[in-house]
Amino acid sequence: MTDLSVRIGSLELKNPLIAASGCFGYGVEYADVVDLASLGAIVSKGLFLQEREGHPAPRIVETPAGMVNAIGLQGIGARRFIEEKLPELRARRATVIVNVCGTTLDEYVEVSRMIGDADGVAAIELNISCPNIKEGGIQFGCSLTGTYDVVKAVKKVTRVPVIPKLTPNVTDVASFARAAEDAGADAISLVNTFLAMVIDVDTRMPKISNGVGGLSGPAIRPIAVRMVHECRQMVKIPIIGMGGISDARDALEFMIAGADAVQVGTANFVDPFVWAKILDGINDYAARHHLTRLADIVGTVQHETAPSRS
Amino acid sequence: MKYTAVMSGVVDVAARVIANRRLSDDYNVLALDAPDIAANAAPGQFVMLKAGRGNDPLLRRPFSVFEVLRDGGAPAGVSILSKRIGTSTRLLYDAQPGDVVSTLGPLGRPFTIVEPPADAWMVAGGVGLAPFATLAEALRARGVASTLFYGARRAAELFYLDFFRNLGVELVLTTEDGSLGERGRVVAPLDRALAARPSASPVMIYACGPERMLAATARTAAAHARPCQVSVERIMGCGLGGCYSCVVPMRNGNGGAHHVRSCISGPVLPADQIVWD
Repeated sequence: MTDLSVRIGSLELKNPLIAASGCFGYGVEYADVVDLASLGAIVSKGLFLQEREGHPAPRIVETPAGMVNAIGLQGIGARRFIEEKLPELRARRATVIVNVCGTTLDEYVEVSRMIGDADGVAAIELNISCPNIKEGGIQFGCSLTGTYDVVKAVKKVTRVPVIPKLTPNVTDVASFARAAEDAGADAISLVNTFLAMVIDVDTRMPKISNGVGGLSGPAIRPIAVRMVHECRQMVKIPIIGMGGISDARDALEFMIAGADAVQVGTANFVDPFVWAKILDGINDYAARHHLTRLADIVGTVQHETAPSRS
Repeated sequence: MKYTAVMSGVVDVAARVIANRRLSDDYNVLALDAPDIAANAAPGQFVMLKAGRGNDPLLRRPFSVFEVLRDGGAPAGVSILSKRIGTSTRLLYDAQPGDVVSTLGPLGRPFTIVEPPADAWMVAGGVGLAPFATLAEALRARGVASTLFYGARRAAELFYLDFFRNLGVELVLTTEDGSLGERGRVVAPLDRALAARPSASPVMIYACGPERMLAATARTAAAHARPCQVSVERIMGCGLGGCYSCVVPMRNGNGGAHHVRSCISGPVLPADQIVWD
């Protein structure tokens, strides 16, 4: 039996499979369908200080091998999450990473302080990359100093690992990985969705209420793999890779490209039972390749520009 | 009112197509071999179907459970009533017996079923007939007198009339072209019937159909001070509360609106709580 455990900073996960933010509700929605404790971790929906209602429907539209969403970060806010959702997640023995949002630096700091102090939070994922809100978020994620400043400020107020989630909507994502590392990030996660637009040619109206949204799903996977690979060459901190992972081979591809762990999002919409299938597939692969530790495949892509991790 | 999820016994079945009955050039009834879903489905609940095998179309589509199919009394499968409007419904229209359709369910909150002496008035527009076959059976089992107000564009798109007649359901039909029943929209005869009904005689209204029809039904029910449950249809990503795509604005008690996920708090929702456009 291969050791599937992975380390994300001071956090040890029993396996590299993580439910992506915005794709798994608050986790409790899936508790009757998925054994939450069987996952490496779950990432909550993004949380601000206050509750948010998000955008009107329609909020998603399907595209070839993908979907574009602009939910608008509807959410219950940090306090209600701690009071209403965390107790059940603790009882289900889920490893909980909380996705923290903000419209200002102060809000990121305040939410992170509250969340980091709460019982049962394993890590904070900093949402500096949501393309669907007017203020905050991606403004930090699209600026190297903004990325550095928010990570630095949040690191000062919490002891749990801090994992900024990077946007792919920049020219050179690896430089943002470096900014995050320089600011003391314990790991990075990438990619968030790609800004996208779908228009109904009969009405000449965008197909979602926000006009533009974020593209996810298998369509983005090769770009995301490339970006993870670029970041692996730039930083030493752990990388959590995501973007269109639907099965074990997709997950392994990200790990070989340089991801220490992976997140699955859109595929969970298609098949909420996908988790056990991916884990089974990873175990089969590990057995076939005689791996003692799955982590040994991280960043092992065989290519002359491939990074050395030593 | 607090909206909480009802979620138990959800399964994903690789369901074999038992039969595909094409009712018209657009409508079909797809019968699926899914005994585990049939055994647990309540009237008003839905299933998420994956029409193709690959990544295009990628997402599942929600369909009300139309019929619960039985084999000698035992639940054997479910059927869905589909109207061909896009890629997934085209694939489902073209499906052949023996094809496999991944079927997730049963999902969502069902109708609250009334008891006598209340009557049940079902209001269906087009493919919105779908949740009422199982509801009519449940009402019949409870001895509730039932009426179906059923509107479509033309006579050829009014389906399963004998099915409802055989359950003792009174039919009030409308077509937009006047080819069967009253010409016009289905809410007109509903409004007249509500006006004629003594206020001491309780009636529950159940509605499913296009959004404007639902809004008009909700207004009519409210005008006559009658309770109304609507089954809403939204673009849905997952059906389990994960994606927050299928939201409906509901009154929050403070004069504002709160976005409620129709997959787990609905699809059946109280009409007077919805903020209609």
